[in-house]
Amino acid sequence: MIRLVRRDRASRRMAVAAPLLALFAAILSNLILFVAMGKDPGAVFYALLLEPFMTWSGFSEVLLKTAPLLLIAQGLAIGFRAKVFNIGAEGQFILGAIFASAIPVYFPQATGGWIWPAMLVMGAIGGALWAVVPAFWRVRLNANEILVTLMMSLIAVQLLNYLLLGPWKDPMGFNFPQSVMFQYDAMIPILFPGTRVNVSLLLAFLAALLAWIYMQRSFGCYQFLVGGLAPKAATYAGFSQSRAIWLSLLIGGFAAGLAGAAEVAGPIGQLQRSISTGYGYAAIIVAYLGGLHPLGIVASSFLMAALYIGGDNAMVSADLPVAAVRVFQGSLLVFYLAAITFVRFRLVRTGGAPA
Amino acid sequence: MSGIEFILAGMLAAATPFLLAALGELVVERAGVLNLGLEGMMALGAAIGFIVVYEGGGHVAAFLAAGLVGVGLALVFAGLALGLRANQVAVGLAVGILGQGLSSLVGNSYESLTITGLPKLAFPGLSDLPVVGGMFSQDIIVWLSLIATAAIWAMFRYSRLGLILRAIGENPAAARAIGYRVTALRLGAVVFGGAMAGFAGAYAATVYTPLWADGMIAGRGWIALALVVFGIWLTGRIFFGALLFGALSLASLVAQTEGWAVPSQLLSSLPYIVTIVVLGIITSNKRLLKVNGVASLGEPFGP
Repeated sequence: MIRLVRRDRASRRMAVAAPLLALFAAILSNLILFVAMGKDPGAVFYALLLEPFMTWSGFSEVLLKTAPLLLIAQGLAIGFRAKVFNIGAEGQFILGAIFASAIPVYFPQATGGWIWPAMLVMGAIGGALWAVVPAFWRVRLNANEILVTLMMSLIAVQLLNYLLLGPWKDPMGFNFPQSVMFQYDAMIPILFPGTRVNVSLLLAFLAALLAWIYMQRSFGCYQFLVGGLAPKAATYAGFSQSRAIWLSLLIGGFAAGLAGAAEVAGPIGQLQRSISTGYGYAAIIVAYLGGLHPLGIVASSFLMAALYIGGDNAMVSADLPVAAVRVFQGSLLVFYLAAITFVRFRLVRTGGAPA
Repeated sequence: MSGIEFILAGMLAAATPFLLAALGELVVERAGVLNLGLEGMMALGAAIGFIVVYEGGGHVAAFLAAGLVGVGLALVFAGLALGLRANQVAVGLAVGILGQGLSSLVGNSYESLTITGLPKLAFPGLSDLPVVGGMFSQDIIVWLSLIATAAIWAMFRYSRLGLILRAIGENPAAARAIGYRVTALRLGAVVFGGAMAGFAGAYAATVYTPLWADGMIAGRGWIALALVVFGIWLTGRIFFGALLFGALSLASLVAQTEGWAVPSQLLSSLPYIVTIVVLGIITSNKRLLKVNGVASLGEPFGP
């Protein structure tokens, strides 16, 4: 018999090894799956995992995708650490994109350097507002935030469709469900000339830095952790659980909204249906894979961004359906959750009859 | 056919995907386990069920195959959540994402194809009644899920198994102390939940709307999860909750065909909005939850 035995202290080595083991297992199992689908495993492996890093333009696209994933995941991880499970970042992202788009949609002729920063602020507000409902529901009505945030995401998709098919549809857009193209001043400045990487990447790194400082240095963070993990103890010590819930959800919504704004004011340049390719859900995986640690999340968001770009490559060169990337993402999280068990537990072979 | 007649006739069928998935989750949660992967298990069941029917395997094989893939995902969940005692919320989300990804992958080349559903079996006599007659003319799966509802109700109410399941959900340590194998029983519950979610998906894609479209489960798995809370873990209340959501989804169809001046997107959001509102109403009654809730829900348990 093999049994799990709790370690005396969490294994740091295992905590670092777990995401790598998970990545290895995910690559192996997915390659087997792709072979079973009749794809050339070598071509898929190359397109999915190597090609994104082979050229500067490919690599710059990875950086471009890193920004929203990093922003959203940093926001989510703060909540996850306090056991507040905001899984509605997708909807908060969409609301951020909608709020930001309001400026160029209603003032298409406006010029000036204030426009894109104002859009980012609007987006962050929109995302945070979308998180008010689940926060209120959880704190005042005792309702599980997992279900409410998810429902809010489904509603956000419908709201986006309504705007794009109705009041915000581009009159010159041949009836496509999309807004007008945004004016030049509504676009975030490019960071590296010749690429699409923009200033929002810096914002994402700034968010990571802030999250790291907050986690390392602050008493507030400690209150937060206790508030989430042991609400009764926290109340006894005078920390507020509702404050932890409100902050978790608002920060998560704020960051996701900012990411949504940066997407429409960045690579997309208009409001359209496909503004998010599941960033809000992928960021959940990114947050876990980074060990819910600000620095770990920098690495995992980069990895997930590379997977997105690699998936696009594999679709073109190896005829792999886009859905394969989602399977890869899902299996990555499954393997990771299996691997982190061994941070706290170890396997022991027990002789004789099981206890 | 008037709007009311249309809703009455179709309500049971529209409720069936919610009902099957929620009944499975009820058993899982009663045993103390929270499986949030319902949406993904339904999606994969739907895709596999559709493919089996489309390729000529027939509905029986389709439901069996869908149930099996539901069980497959449930076993992944059980391996992590019960075997390795991982965080059930995270594992549920992971299995859900995996299931949804797999469903898009296998369903990729079947997008927008259609098949033939199942014939309606009428209750002789009753189905000729005015207005309510349509309620008594349903396909076989609807009739079977009504039987399943009654069976699960009776199991929790009268049987020893129901009592044991509740005990391991309420106080697993005490249940183990008196000799019940908590993890094995929970595994059984999770497997049952997976099969039911697979059936629910198969019903959605091969009978209720016999076509395949990526993302067609459209949050029904999540609503089923909410239904278990609405029903405060009681079979009868879950059944009526499922009926309510079935009626609601038809009401938005009726409103659309009658040309109401309401944006269709608002009507499509209605089930989600109602879920949020009802969830708030039910859960704000903490006493109700305390009396009927499951004490150890979602907590890992092991030696």
